[in-house]
Amino acid sequence: MTDLSAFDLRRYVTGQSQSVGVWIALVVLILFGLLRYDNFGSAYNLSSFLNYNAMFIVISVGMCFVIMTGGIDLSVGSVAAFTSVVAAYLSPYGLQVALPGAVASGLAIGALNAFFVIAMRIPPFIATLATMLGAKGGALVISGAETISVDWESNFTSLGMGQAFGLLPWSFVLTVIVIVALWIVLEQTSLGRTVLAIGGGEDASVMMGLGVVRAKIFVYMLSGGCAGLAGLFLASGFGAGQPLEGVGWELSAIASVVVGGTLLTGGMGSVGATVAGALLLGLVFNILNFENGRGVISLSAYWQMVIRGGFLFVVILLQSRVAASANKERH
Amino acid sequence: MTTSTLSGLNIANVSRYGGVFALFAILLFNVLVTPNFLQAQTLFVNISQVATIAIVAIGMTLVIATGGIDLSVGAIMAFSGALAPLILLSDFGTASPVLGVAAAIILPVLVALLCGLFNGFMVSRMNVQPIVATLIFFISGRGLALVLTNGNLQTFNNPAFSYLGTGRLFGLPFQGWLVLLIAVAIWWVVARTIFGRQLLAVGGNERAARLSGIPVRRVKTGAYVICAGLSGLAGLIVVAINSASDAARIGNLMELDAIAAAVVGGALLQGGRAPIFGAILGAIIIQLVKYTLLANGIADEVAMIAKAGIIILAVYVQQSRTE
Repeated sequence: MTDLSAFDLRRYVTGQSQSVGVWIALVVLILFGLLRYDNFGSAYNLSSFLNYNAMFIVISVGMCFVIMTGGIDLSVGSVAAFTSVVAAYLSPYGLQVALPGAVASGLAIGALNAFFVIAMRIPPFIATLATMLGAKGGALVISGAETISVDWESNFTSLGMGQAFGLLPWSFVLTVIVIVALWIVLEQTSLGRTVLAIGGGEDASVMMGLGVVRAKIFVYMLSGGCAGLAGLFLASGFGAGQPLEGVGWELSAIASVVVGGTLLTGGMGSVGATVAGALLLGLVFNILNFENGRGVISLSAYWQMVIRGGFLFVVILLQSRVAASANKERH
Repeated sequence: MTTSTLSGLNIANVSRYGGVFALFAILLFNVLVTPNFLQAQTLFVNISQVATIAIVAIGMTLVIATGGIDLSVGAIMAFSGALAPLILLSDFGTASPVLGVAAAIILPVLVALLCGLFNGFMVSRMNVQPIVATLIFFISGRGLALVLTNGNLQTFNNPAFSYLGTGRLFGLPFQGWLVLLIAVAIWWVVARTIFGRQLLAVGGNERAARLSGIPVRRVKTGAYVICAGLSGLAGLIVVAINSASDAARIGNLMELDAIAAAVVGGALLQGGRAPIFGAILGAIIIQLVKYTLLANGIADEVAMIAKAGIIILAVYVQQSRTE
């Protein structure tokens, strides 16, 4: 246990300046919110914030693994919409059926992505763009283009609406378990090392005899499975399977990964920093809502889009500064 | 003639004929199955709908040729489309109609060009990956358009401006001719100018291009600027067709159609190829597939799945040829 935390500390403090930046920004933003708004730290805000952002955190973490191999997964939003419908249909049988059902359908679409990318050698951007269209079409077909109401009699909605220990939403508890499991996979297993090695140089990884194909299948199925879980959260938390949801989620997830300091070229990345990136983007949204609530200024949803884009711009600008100065030090 | 150029020619021919073959297959299917397909009205509808996809796809092809991608095209369409009615309905626009129409066309395109300059700056100067750099405008561009219009539908009545979207020249929709004009001009730029050669060189091997003294940054920025300008024009056409501007809907998901058209038309995502007429062919194929499915009573959502299948198939065929 002790050497684990020592490893952690060294890595985050000395190694990854960008990861440190995102954590500092997160702390600053939380402090700002706590000082400025009365109800910011309330149990209600905490629980609704975590509940809503659990979806984005899981897809961001899945996306992070794909990006670490140098790939990309544009299908996650549509897959979440698809599995939210699947979960809604399975909701009468309870969570014990709906959870595996939703995750399995996400895994299946992830497997399809893996097949396109690995066996058919289609660039990930195009392959997952196609499954994005396909999954969206599929969601609309199986739902008849209507929201599918869930069964309120079964235990299905307890995942998205109930709270563990009266505080944390169950969806967030499940998200934390996923995060920890994936952190262990990335940092402590050979599979995680292989994922990073592929992003660093795929041909070299193949020549070294690493299980490249196995690892790539893993990341695309993981991303699909995470999107499946997000769809389950969506259906359970909002009481309906929503085939039209999920638009632009893939871009939010990519933004979270990028804000977390992971380069899209692959070869590096951190589960923790990605979670922090997702929380940071969610927090900006949360704070904008609070600012509206004060009644001094009124920011429409339209302005919020502009501000989110602007925020992304600032983060990217800061990152490229950090990257440039790191490069200079190296030379 | 060496064997390598010979095989190169063959590959180019096969690739070109593949797309044309697909087009003829769809046309033949429609003639046999779709009711009322061989009517002038069908032609007009398809031309006016394919024009915007084709114009944006041409710009996207240039960006893809540099090894980049532009996700912001739809948002830029919305932005320029929101500006045009604002200018037409302004005091200036109503006071001097002629100058008003000119300003309503020129200013939005200029703003779009500036957006492209920003994209190009982020990609070539700040070294931000294209997908992330253009994500900024993808998110905020439509927001800006909605802020400008308060999210309201803006309607206007201006025959001169609407000519962009509803006019006829030699009996065919004006924007069809516009597409041809743009395609020929951009093709000429790619095939016959130094900028075109440099564009392909940058996409083929950026490092080598830089070492051989090509102004890589300027060339890349140029591609994003042209792409954004064409997107701005496409936004104006959409507004002109409807005589109304809805910032939430103009150009929605256009980035997907444009990327798909460019790829089906033979563009390689890793860069180095700019098949301009291929992009138009790709746009026509995608439009015709959409039309075919709709005209035969197949739901929009199934059409999406079909489009996904076509993209996968087209890239797979292309991929196996290049290997």
